[in-house]
Formats: sequence, C-alpha cells, structure tokens
Amino acid sequence: MSEQKKHAMAAPGIRQSKAEAVNAADTRELYKKREQIYPKLAHGKFRSLKWLVMAVTLGIYYIVPFLRWDRGPDAPDQAVLVDFAGRRFYFFFIEIWPQEVYYITGLLILAALALFLATALFGRVWCGYACPQTVWTDLFIWVERAFEGDRNARMRLDKSPWSFNKLWRKVGKHTVWLLIALATGGAWILYFHDAYDTLANFFTGQAAASSYLFAGVLTFTTYTLAGTMREQVCTYMCPWPRIQAAMTDREALNVTYRFDRGEPRGAHKKSESWDDRGDCIDCKQCVAVCPMGVDIREGSQLECIQCALCIDACDDIMKKVGRPTGLITYETDDNVERFEKGEKPRYRFFRARTMVYATAFLIVAAVMLGALVNRTELELNSQRDRNPNYVILSDGSVRNGYTLKVVNKANEPRIMDLVVEGDPSIQVRVLGAPEDDPMQLSIEADRTRDFVLYLTLPADAVDGPREELRFRVTDRTTGETATTPSMIITGAGE
Amino acid sequence: MSDNEHDVEHDAHSGTQTTGHTWDGIKELDTPLPRWWLWIFYATCAWAVVYWVLMPAWPALPGLAGETDHTRGLRDHSERANVAAAVADLQAQRASGFAALEGASIEQIENDPQLLGFVRAAGESAFGDNCATCHGAGAQGFVGYPNLNDDVWLWGGSYEEIRTTIRFGIRTDHPDTHFSQMPSFGRDELLSRSEIADVADYVLSLSGHEADAEAIAHGATIYQAQCASCHMADGSGDRLQGAPNLTDRDWLYGSERDQVIDIIHRGPYGVMPSWEGRLDAATIDALAAYVYLLGGGESDGAANGPTGR
Repeated sequence: MSEQKKHAMAAPGIRQSKAEAVNAADTRELYKKREQIYPKLAHGKFRSLKWLVMAVTLGIYYIVPFLRWDRGPDAPDQAVLVDFAGRRFYFFFIEIWPQEVYYITGLLILAALALFLATALFGRVWCGYACPQTVWTDLFIWVERAFEGDRNARMRLDKSPWSFNKLWRKVGKHTVWLLIALATGGAWILYFHDAYDTLANFFTGQAAASSYLFAGVLTFTTYTLAGTMREQVCTYMCPWPRIQAAMTDREALNVTYRFDRGEPRGAHKKSESWDDRGDCIDCKQCVAVCPMGVDIREGSQLECIQCALCIDACDDIMKKVGRPTGLITYETDDNVERFEKGEKPRYRFFRARTMVYATAFLIVAAVMLGALVNRTELELNSQRDRNPNYVILSDGSVRNGYTLKVVNKANEPRIMDLVVEGDPSIQVRVLGAPEDDPMQLSIEADRTRDFVLYLTLPADAVDGPREELRFRVTDRTTGETATTPSMIITGAGE
Repeated sequence: MSDNEHDVEHDAHSGTQTTGHTWDGIKELDTPLPRWWLWIFYATCAWAVVYWVLMPAWPALPGLAGETDHTRGLRDHSERANVAAAVADLQAQRASGFAALEGASIEQIENDPQLLGFVRAAGESAFGDNCATCHGAGAQGFVGYPNLNDDVWLWGGSYEEIRTTIRFGIRTDHPDTHFSQMPSFGRDELLSRSEIADVADYVLSLSGHEADAEAIAHGATIYQAQCASCHMADGSGDRLQGAPNLTDRDWLYGSERDQVIDIIHRGPYGVMPSWEGRLDAATIDALAAYVYLLGGGESDGAANGPTGR
C-alpha cells in the first residue's frame, strides 16, 4: 500500500508512469552516457499493424530464397538469386548481367523517390514500420519481454543483484537473440547461392568461406544493432533522420500530439470537470512505450521514428478516462494550428512536393519498364586491332583485324549470320568458322563469345585513309539482329 | 611511499601530476599515455613473441636451422616455396591447354573455340616475352625485322614451317637452321657503285617503281647474271633459300632507292635465335599457332603464295 502511495495518480485508477524521456532534447546532455530504455508493451491497432508488418517482412526475407523459378537446364532455378560466380542477378523472370547494373541504379532511385513520397505524405512510415532496424529491434524486444517481463519487471531485474533467476533470464534472452541473429545472417547468404544446397552445406561445414564470413558478420551486426544498440542506430548512425526534415513538411501526416486538445495537461481528479483543461492527464504512458526514449508531446523531433506506439498507449488511456481517442494521432502541423483556431482541418495530398516526387517516380519507373521491355538478348560489340593498326599485304591490299564480342543473353544457343555492311569488295575471314559456311557465328546459351575477324580491302578499292562499315549478326532461327559500327583503316596518305 | 606521494605536484588546471621539471617557469606535465594506446602497444609486444615462434624471424648460426641461415618458425613458412608452389599450380592449370595443343593440326586449333582462345592467350604471352623485342608487341615488325601479320614469308608461312623457323632459327649455329647468305656486292667489290645503282633501279621497277629506262635495262642484265639464281629470273624469290620476292610491295629493308642500294652493297644477314632448348615444345607450338593465326598463315601445300613459286 505504501508502495502504491509513492505513485502519483494521473486519473482515478491510472497511475502516472515514472517514465522519463531520456532522449528528450532538454534531458540529454551532449556527452551523456546512454541510458537504457525499457519500452512498455503497447496494445492497439498500430501495435497489431506492426506485428503484421513484422510477420510479412520477416516472412518475405526468410521464404524468398526458397522460391523456385524454372529457367531451363543451363540456369539456376532459384527465383531470386545474386549469382556472383556466374555474374548474373536473377529476379523471377528478370535476368540481369553485370553491364546492366543500371537496373539496380534505377531500382535504388525508385526506392529513394518512394521514400521521399511516403515521407512527404505520412512522415517516417518507413522508419516506424518497415525498416529492418525497427523490425528486428521490435523482435528482440519481444524476446526480451518474454524472458524478463514488461517494462517494470525488466527495470527491477536489471537493478537486482545477480541471482539464478536473473542469470537464466539473461542467458536465455541472449541465446535466443544470438539464434535469431544467426538466422538473419544465415538467410542473407541464401540469396547468393542455391538456398537448399547452401543450407545443407552450411551445417556440414562445406559452404564457401565467404558464406561463413558474411553469416558471421551479419549475425554480429544483427545482435549488436537490434540487441544492444537499438535506438542509437537511428539517432547516431542512420542518415535518414537528418534528411527527413527536408522531406516532411507542415502538411505531412506525422505522429503528432494534439496540443490544442491536450493542454493544459495535468492529473485529473474524479469529480473534476474536463472544461478549461486539456485532455492530457500526464500519465506518461506515451513515454513509457516509446522505444526511442522521447516525449511526443514536445513535437516532432529527430529521434522519433514515428512507430505510432504512443498513439496506441494514449488511445488506451483516453478510453479509460472517457475522452475521445486521437489525442496523439497522425495529423499535420497545419491542422493542429487550425484546430487551435477552431478551424476545420484540411488535408492536401496533392501538393507541389508530392506531385514532383510522384512524377519523378513515374518517369523513372516508365524508363526502367521501357528498358526492361526493350531489353535485347543479343548484343554485339567490336574492337579493332590497333597494334598493328593495319597490315599491307604483298599485293597492296589492306587488312584490319577485329575482335567481335557477341553477347547471348538468351537461354538458347544461337547460330547467326555475319554481314559486313560497307564496301562490297571487303573480304571477310572469321577465325574458326566452318569452311563450308564461313560467315556463320555460333554461340552457346547465356554466354559471351569473342570472334577474331580479318577484313581485307583490295588495293584498288582503297580510296581514303579510312572507310566506315558496320557489323551485323542475325539469328538464323529467331531473326533477332544486332549491329555495331566500325571502320577499316587503310593507311592511305601516310 | 608517503614521502613520495607528498612530493608529487599536481597541475592546478588539469589535475595532472607534473614531472617536477621546470624550464623558465614552465612546468612539464607527466601526462600518461592513453590507455588504449598503451594496451595496443602491449598487444603488439605480445604479438611479436608469437610471431617469432611461428614465423621465420631470427638469424641462426650455420647448421642450427637446417639449410637456411635463419629460424624457420613453427609454421615453417617460406615465401620462396610459396612462389614455387604458385608457379607449379599455374603450370598445372595450363597443362590441360598445352596437352590439347600437342599434336593438334592448325585446322583443329582453329575450329576448337576453347583451344583457339588458349593458343591466342598463351601465344600472345610467350610472344610478348620472347619475340616482341625484335618483331614488335603487335608483331608488326621493323626495318630488318619482318612483319608477321602479313602474307609475306621468307621461309614459309604454314603452321609447320613457322614452327620449324621458331625451333631452329635463322642463320644460327643449330644444324637444322635456315641458312643462306646474300653476297655483299659493294663491300666485297663484286659490283661497282653504278652497277649496284642500276640493279637497284631494275629491282624497284619490278614492283612498279619508276626509274630511268637505260638504268633498268643495264640493271636487268646484271640482275640475271648475279641475282637470278636465288631471287629467280622473274624476281619472285625462292623460299628454299629464304630469298624474298622482289616483285611484291613488301620491303624488309625499305623501299627507298638508297635503302635498296645499301642492302645490295652490304648484303643483309638477318638472324633469329633458335628457340628449341630455350622454350619447351608446347610453348613453341603455341607461338607458331599464334603467329600463324595473326592473319597471314598459309594452309599446308599453299606454297604458291606471293613469295612462293
């Protein structure tokens, strides 16, 4: 009973939490040691949504390597695979070669623009829901809670002297953390080699050294980033909190404390009227559940990842005290000001900023789609020998040497015809071409092949220091064609 | 101890103790090294001991460390042995390529993409190491050193003939070497200056160069008497003697009149080393195929090339 008396009451039946916003701007000193945060479990629709997002994102991460996609006998059948040894990236029906890394660039640009757009509309939803740091930290806190209990129990346990009870809880927590971390790092390497083989090889010690290295590194980073560093990653390591200030604005839906409704805050007594006072009873539940150690009532701040858990916590309390929910809610800064003036809220999703982001997104997406649709599976490059630049033969004719590089991205071998478009008197010799079919080039599926070519221009056809020409290959079966420009240097006039 | 502690003076500003030294009123602080630095220093000391035990580190008296003059360490590490092993590894990797090359005809090489690629790589490497000094990195040749890209061959341009030339060389002391010698017509006073000039005019006219008609007529007579035995009556040359075709556009020693006169005057004596014994047979195979495939190679029996007969 005396224990209970120490707690200030925020409202009848609701104790004021002793939670302190350890990372609030006026609390935290510049060189202060980190204070452990003990986020309390929240209940509500956003907590449920976050559990769902966690299940989906982790599900995607762990299941995708095991999906199969038939690409024929010569290519791997893993749906998503970064094949460094074979120098290919497979994504379902898409196959990307190293020289097509611009698709990855485009994808990163799209991701950045999507992030900008989402931030302009809904604030840091990426940080709050989908960022791996958030997802894994959430998972690790869930494990911590399972072993050590909720906020108060954890705080008590940490303060208590070492005992068997404390020991097994701590050991159990760290063991499960390490197992999750290992599963995280272990799943990562499945994206780089065949998942089933790698899984079997990994535990029999036969996987590549790089697999163990990366699994180890990611196990370590997962354990430290999600287990021990947590909010410091977002505050100190991640650049996004610094960028977000430029991306969000007064019309973005951010997790916001409605100070127009909440202030003046203070404990509410049983018979007290709600007139002339704010709805905030200063119970500090929003602070208690915050994984970042901030007080949302101070407005938007760098540390806040907008995970919306304070919304759940506050709604819970509002229901208990019989006030409308949404004291903390997704709202724009402008609207809070309007509420204060008694005006109606206004939501503008279509404004210059969002339109620019959306347009840029659509343009990049269209360009990438166009590039993907028009992606050729037959490419041709030529390189003319420069040493010697040209060779004068005994009869005065001129010969140039070329290396013709044919890229076959199809999963079928090809037989092609070579045509040299230019001076018709040019004689062509392809090294290694069949004798009865001297202009035939053949190439295996999914390969590049170099052909050595000699072009000879008869002496009487030489009429300048150089002649333009063009190589063309045409697939005999599919009719696909590729060309590349080149020239023949005659040395005339030197 | 207590006396000592009493003596220690602490700097008022930083709280650090001083060394007690004073220069012109400036007192020296005895700031300790940062702990992290010190620990790294201790760790490196410990590491040094571990290194001495594991790796070659100390000079040893003769006989104490086997055949070397230093301690071998528990790991018995030797950079020289590592290099030897790496070279052996590389040779083992190349062995399959060289094995496939052995006994292969040039048609087989040309028609096997893998072998073709191997020959071009191995040949280029060996050419760069051994031949490029004289023939140029692109085998383009220089004055006096033949261009190997074209279709002009003094001693034959088939795969077999090129290999023979590489193996035994030209004008070497190898018994099977190609050998012939053109007289030094001027130096040995076999022909007078004007006679040499006329022969030069005649020879140049064979490949379309213009010259004085009288000189050409005179030169032709001398040519038939002095030169036709090797270079043939029509100037088409003779590969058996390494005598070049004088009617084509290729001039090993230059096509200027002065250059031709000079070469008749002194008589060329171009040499190429014999590579048998210096290079292994497989490397010579690769070199011959590489040179053949530079574009000028002649198929067997096609000795009716421009310089052939």
